[in-house]
Amino acid sequence: MNLTLKIWRQDGPKARGELVTYQVADISPDMSFLEMLDVLNERLNAEGKEPVAFDSDCREGICGMCGLMISGEAHGPEKTTTCQLHMRSFKDGETITIEPWRADAFPIIRDLVVDRSAFDRIIQAGGFISVNTGSAPDAEAILVPKPNADRAFVAAECIGCGACVAACPNASGMLFMGAKVTHLGELPQGQPERAMRVQAMVATHDGAGFGGCTNIGECSHACPKGIPLDVISTLNADLRKAKSGRF
Amino acid sequence: MSRLPAGREKFTRRTAAPVTQATDGERYVAIVATSTLPASQQAVRSSIGLKLLMAGSGLIFVGYVLLHAYGNLMVLGGADTFNNYAHHLRTFGQPMLPYGGLLWIVRVVLLASLVLHAYSAFTLWGRANGARSTKYAVKKNVAASLSSRTMRFGGVALLLFVIFHILHLTTHTITPQGKQPTPYDNVVNSFDKWWLVLIYALAVIALAFHLTHGVWSASQTLGLTNTATSRARAKIAGHFVGALVATAFLIPPLAILFGIVD
Amino acid sequence: MTDTMLSTPDGVGADYYRIGAPVADTQAPAGPIAGKWTQRKFDASLVNPANRRKLSVIIVGTGLAGASAGATLGEAGYHVKSFCFQDTPRRAHSIAAQGGINAAKNYKEDGDSIYRLFYDTVKGGDYRSRETNVYRLAEVSANIIDQCVAQGVPFAREYGGLLDNRSFGGVQVSRTFYARGQTGQQLLIGAYQALERQIAAGTVEMFTRHEMLELIVEDGRARGIIARDLVTGEIETHLADAVVLASGGYGNVFFLSTNAMGSNVTANWRAHRKGAYFANPCYTQIHPTCIPVSGDHQSKLTLMSESLRNDGRIWVPKRKEDCEKDPRQIPEEDRDYYLERIYPAFGNLVPRDIASRQAKYMCDDGRGVGPMVGDFRRGVYLDFADAIARLGRPAVEAKYGNLFDMYARITGENPYETPMRIYPAVHYTMGGLWVDYDLSSNIPGLFVTGEANFSDHGANRLGASALMQGLADGYFVLPNTIRNYLAKGPYPKLDADSPAVAEARANVEERTQRLLAINGQRSVDSFHKELGHIMWEYCGMERTETGLMKAIDLIRSLRAEFWRNVRVLGSADTLNQSLEKAGRVADFLELGELMCIDALHRRESCGGHFRAESQTEDGEALRHDDQFLYVAAWEYAGGSGEGEMGNPVLHKEDLVYEAIELKQRSYK
Ligand SMILES: Cc1cc2nc3c(=O)[nH]c(=O)nc-3n(C[C@H](O)[C@H](O)[C@H](O)COP(=O)(O)OP(=O)(O)OC[C@H]3O[C@@H](n4cnc5c(N)ncnc54)[C@H](O)[C@@H]3O)c2cc1C
Ligand code: HEM
Ligand code: HEM
Ligand code: SF4
Ligand code: F3S
Ligand code: FES
Repeated sequence: MNLTLKIWRQDGPKARGELVTYQVADISPDMSFLEMLDVLNERLNAEGKEPVAFDSDCREGICGMCGLMISGEAHGPEKTTTCQLHMRSFKDGETITIEPWRADAFPIIRDLVVDRSAFDRIIQAGGFISVNTGSAPDAEAILVPKPNADRAFVAAECIGCGACVAACPNASGMLFMGAKVTHLGELPQGQPERAMRVQAMVATHDGAGFGGCTNIGECSHACPKGIPLDVISTLNADLRKAKSGRF
Repeated sequence: MSRLPAGREKFTRRTAAPVTQATDGERYVAIVATSTLPASQQAVRSSIGLKLLMAGSGLIFVGYVLLHAYGNLMVLGGADTFNNYAHHLRTFGQPMLPYGGLLWIVRVVLLASLVLHAYSAFTLWGRANGARSTKYAVKKNVAASLSSRTMRFGGVALLLFVIFHILHLTTHTITPQGKQPTPYDNVVNSFDKWWLVLIYALAVIALAFHLTHGVWSASQTLGLTNTATSRARAKIAGHFVGALVATAFLIPPLAILFGIVD
Repeated sequence: MTDTMLSTPDGVGADYYRIGAPVADTQAPAGPIAGKWTQRKFDASLVNPANRRKLSVIIVGTGLAGASAGATLGEAGYHVKSFCFQDTPRRAHSIAAQGGINAAKNYKEDGDSIYRLFYDTVKGGDYRSRETNVYRLAEVSANIIDQCVAQGVPFAREYGGLLDNRSFGGVQVSRTFYARGQTGQQLLIGAYQALERQIAAGTVEMFTRHEMLELIVEDGRARGIIARDLVTGEIETHLADAVVLASGGYGNVFFLSTNAMGSNVTANWRAHRKGAYFANPCYTQIHPTCIPVSGDHQSKLTLMSESLRNDGRIWVPKRKEDCEKDPRQIPEEDRDYYLERIYPAFGNLVPRDIASRQAKYMCDDGRGVGPMVGDFRRGVYLDFADAIARLGRPAVEAKYGNLFDMYARITGENPYETPMRIYPAVHYTMGGLWVDYDLSSNIPGLFVTGEANFSDHGANRLGASALMQGLADGYFVLPNTIRNYLAKGPYPKLDADSPAVAEARANVEERTQRLLAINGQRSVDSFHKELGHIMWEYCGMERTETGLMKAIDLIRSLRAEFWRNVRVLGSADTLNQSLEKAGRVADFLELGELMCIDALHRRESCGGHFRAESQTEDGEALRHDDQFLYVAAWEYAGGSGEGEMGNPVLHKEDLVYEAIELKQRSYK
C-alpha cells in the first residue's frame, strides 16, 4: 500500500506545532499502525531527519500507552487500541491525518506524545481502597455476588489510555473516572470510602482542566475496551448521593 | 499554526489537592492516605453538580411545556373553551391564591430554573471550551446524535424564542396581530400569518431536538441509567417526549394557518 | 591465569570466562524448611516507626514487584522514591499477563498445599532453583490473594460469590486465580492504586518517564541511582539508604518477544557492571503458543493463552509440498499431529519447552506453514475443527472468544474457519541478578525483586507463578528483609559531588554524548534486530557448542560496529526515543554475549536451556546433576569502556536439596 500521512510535529511542550506531510510506500496490510510508523521512522532516520515521537509499550492492547487521533477518530476506525489497529483497515492511496490527543489536561510533550498524568492524580484523589499490606481478611470472607463482580470487572477493564477524553467534544474524563468509581463501588470492599471517593475524584478531575459531560457518547464509542456509558450514570448517582448524604 | 497548549504548570495550579497533609512540619510523615475531603464542599460547582442543576431545571421545563402544549390544544375547542381556559388559569386556586397567583408562582419557578439552567449551561460551555483550546485538524463524531451536538446553540435559540414569545403573547409588546380583545383572538390572528407560524415551528422543532437529548441526558445525569436497558429506555423516552411536544405544539398554529380553526 | 583456565569444565570455555570463588546464601536460617521464613522475620532487625521516615529507599520499577513494594514500604513510613520509564506506573509490563496467579489456598479441597506448590515449582524449574526461596514463595502465596481481594481486584467468581479457580500449566490441582484473560492487569491496577494512595499521602515520590542509567556504589554499598528525565533529558542524581531493582525481564534481547517494547536490561546491567552478579542469564522461557511472525516489519510477538492447547490440536502437513495448500484441503491422513504422535500420554499438553522445540523441529524440517520468513515457514497449525464439531461453535466461542478475536485482528484470518497458526516466542527470563534469601544482591544495599532477580524459577518457570513471585516479593518478602539492612541506617550522608556520584554521573553523560556523536549509518533498530536474529538462531530453543561460539563472535563484531556506526539523531535535552533505545540496545549487546557464555558453559540440558549435545535417546532434555547442580553467578570483569567486556568470572552457588528428591523429568 502507498499512503499519504499528515502528522503533527511539535518539538517540545512550548514549541509551535504543525501538520507535516509524508509519503510512505510498500506498506503491508499485515502491519500494525505503529509498525507502519516504525517504517516511516526508519526512513526518516536514514534521511537524517528526526523520527516522529509516539508512545507505545506493550503493543498488544493492554497497557494503554499508545493512542493517536487517526483521521479524526481516537485509536482509528476500529474498536481497539492504536497498536492493535492494522493497516488492512485502510485503503491504498488513502490520506491519514495523525494528531496527538488534544485536551488541555493532556499537554503535548513532543510530536504525538502527551502527558496523561492528570489521570494518575484522579486516582490519587480516591481511586483506591485503603487497605494496608497484611491486614486483609481471608479472601473468601468477602463474598461478592456474581452480577456485581461482573459489572465491577467490566468497569475495571479500563486501560487508562485517554481515548475517551480525546474523543469527547467536551474533553471530559468522565468515562475514565466513572469506570473507576463503578469498579470500586460495585464491590463490598469499596463501600466505606464510596462517598468520599467520588467527591474527591470529581474535584480533582475538574481541577485538572477536563470538561464536563453532556452525555454525548463519543467516549464510549472510542473506548478500546468498550467501557459502557452506564459507568457515567453510576458516577453521577454516586455524586448525587454523596452530596445528599444518602450512602 | 495553532495555539500552544498549556504547559504542565497549568494544571498543578488548578488542581485541587484533596490530600491529607503532613502535620508536624516534616515533609514525609507516615500517614495513611484516605480520601478525607470535607463532605460538603465542591460538588455543587463541580461539573456534575452543575449538570444536576441543569437536569433538575430541565425537567421542570419538560413538565411545563407538556402542560403548556396541552393547554394550547384548547384552541381547537373554539374561542370560549380557550378563553375560559386562559381565565381559569388565573382564577385557579382562588381564594387561597390571589387572581393570577398560580401564574406568578409558575413564572417565578420558571425564571429561577431558567437562571440556573442557563448559568450551568454557560459555565460548562466555557469549561468545555477551555478544556480543548487547540482544536483537531480533523475530527469525526461518530456516536454523537445531532440533538446532542446542538444542545448549546439550540438552547440559546430557545432562550431567544422565549423572550420573543413572551413579548408577543404575554406582554403584547410585539403585536403583529394588532391589539386583540381576547387571548383566543390573539392566538388566531397571529397564526394566520405564515411567517409567525414559521418562527414558532422552527422554535418548536428546536425544542423537540433539545428535549430528545435532554430527557435521556437528564436521566443519565440523575444516575438512573445504570444498565444498557435503562439507557435504551431513556433514549426512547427522549424521542417520545420530543415527538409529543412537537406534535402538540404544532397542531394549533397549523390548524389556524390552514383555516381549520378560525 | 592458566590455573583458572584449567579449572574450567572443558577446554572450550577457557577462552570465554574464568572461575572465581563459590558464593552461597547466608541469610536463610537453619532448621526445617517450613519454619525458616518465620524465623527470618523474627531475626531481622526492626526499625522504630519514628526512624522510618529518616530512611529512604529507591525502587526502580512499578510492575507487580515494584509497585507492591513501594506501596508497602511507603505505608510502613519509609521515604520511597519510585521510578518507571512509562508515563504512569500502571503501564509496567506486568499488565500484559493473561493467564492467572497461583496460590496454595486449597479452596477446592483437591489436595493442594504449600508443600505441593513448592514441590511443583521446584520440579517445574527442573531442579535448578533454591529450595528455601521457593518454599517461602509458596508459603506467602495465600496472603497475596487476601491482599488483592481486599484491594478490590475483581477475580473471577462463581454464582455463590466465592472465588473461582482453574488448573493451569499442566498441574493437577486448581490453584490458579484469574480475572478473565487480564489477571496481570487487574493485579497491577490493584498495586498501582495502593501506590497512588501512598503518593497522595506523601510517603512515595513518583518519577515517571525516568530511566535509571547508573547505580551509585559508595564504600561498597548501593547508595543511589543516576536517572534521566526522559521528557527534559536532565540527568538527575537520586540518593537513598537502599536501592531496589524491580525492573523486569530481559527477553527483548531477542528483539522479538512477548515483552513490551520498552522492556530492557539496563537497570540490571548497570548494576552488574558495578559488581552485582548476574545469575543464570541463559535460562529463557519460550512460549509455544504465540502468533507467528508475519514479516520483517514485525516489532513484537503476541502471546495467545496456553489454555488454547486444551482443545486445539497441533499439526503440520506430512509432506513439504502441502505446506502452501489451504489447510482445509489437506486430508486427515496427510496431517501429522506430531505431539500426539511423539508424546501419546500428554499429547498437545506437553510442557512449554517441549511443545516449542518440536514446533521448531517441524519447521526446520521444511514442514512449517504460513508465510516464508527468511528461508523457512515459521508456523504450525492449531486446529479447533474437532473441538467445534465436538462442543459446538458457541461453546468454543464462550471459552476462547476473546483470543480468537485477537487472533483475527492481528492476522486478518478467521480462526473459526481456518486453523490458527502458532509459533513459539521468547516470553520470560528466569535468569537475573543473583540474590540471597533476603533478596539482597552481593552489593550490600542493592535488593532485586520480581523477574529482575533469578531467584525462584530455576531453569523453567511454571505458568501463573511469575505474578505470584512479583507480589510475594513486593508485599511480603522485601518489606520484611530490607528492614534488617535499613535498621543499621541511616547511612552516612552522601554528597552530591562525592567521587562515587560524580563518576556515575560522568559515565552517563559521556555515554549519552558518545551515542549522539557517532552519527554513523545504521539505525538502532537494525542493530537490535540483528542481535535478535543471532540470539534466536544460536541461543534460542536449541543450543550447540559450535553455534554458541559462533554467536559470541558475531555479537562481538556487531557490538564493535554499533559503537562505530550507529546513528542516533536529535539531542540529549528533549524527549528522544532513539537515544533511549540506543542505550538499551547497547546493554543488550553485552548481555547477549554473557547469555551465550553461560549457555556454552552449561553443557547440560535443563528446563528452558536445551543443549543439543545433552539429550536422551528420545530427544528429551538430559540434566547432569553431578556437574551442574549449581547456580551460575557471573561477575562482570574488566572492560571499563562502553562496549568492552572482559572475560566474566563464574561464581557457583551449589544447590542443596533437602526437602525434595532430585528426579529426571519425563513426559513420555
Ligand atoms: C505476555 C505475557 C503474559 C504473561 N502471563 C503470565 C501469567 O499468566 N502468569 C504469570 O504468573 N506470569 C505471566 N507472565 C510473566 C509476568 O507477567 C512477569 O514476569 C511479571 O509481571 C514481571 O513483573 P515485574 O514487576 O518483575 O516487572 P515488570 O512488570 O516488567 O516491570 C518492570 C518495571 O521496571 C521499570 N523499569 C525497567 N527498567 C527501568 C529503568 N532502567 N529505569 C526505570 N524504570 C525501569 C519499568 O518501567 C516497569 O515499571 C507473562 C508475561 C508476558 C510477557
Ligand atoms: C439559555 C438557553 C439554554 C441553553 C444554553 C441550554 C443548554 C442546555 C444544555 C447545554 C443542556 C445539557 C445538555 C446535555 O446534558 O447534553 C441542557 C439540558 C436541558 N435543557 Fe436546556 N438550554 C437552554 C434552555 C432550555 C429551555 C428553554 C428548555 C425548555 C423549554 C430547556 C430544557 C432542557 C432540558 C429538559 C434539559 C435536560 C437536562 C439535562 O441534560 O440534564 N433548556 N440545556
Ligand atoms: C405554537 C406554540 C405556542 C403557543 C400557541 C403558545 C401560546 C402561548 C400563550 C397564548 C401564552 C400566554 C398565556 C397567557 O398569558 O395566558 C404563552 C405563554 C408562554 N409560553 Fe407559549 N406558546 C407556544 C409555544 C411555546 C413554547 C415552545 C415555549 C417554551 C419553550 C413556550 C413558553 C411560554 C412561556 C414561558 C410563557 C409565559 C408564561 C407566563 O406568562 O407565565 N410557549 N404561550
Ligand atoms: S475509559 Fe476507555 S477510553 Fe477511557 S481511558 Fe479507560 S480504556 Fe481508555
Ligand atoms: S463523549 Fe463526552 S460528553 Fe460525556 S458521554 Fe462521553 S464524556
Ligand atoms: S501499546 Fe500498550 S495498549 Fe497499545
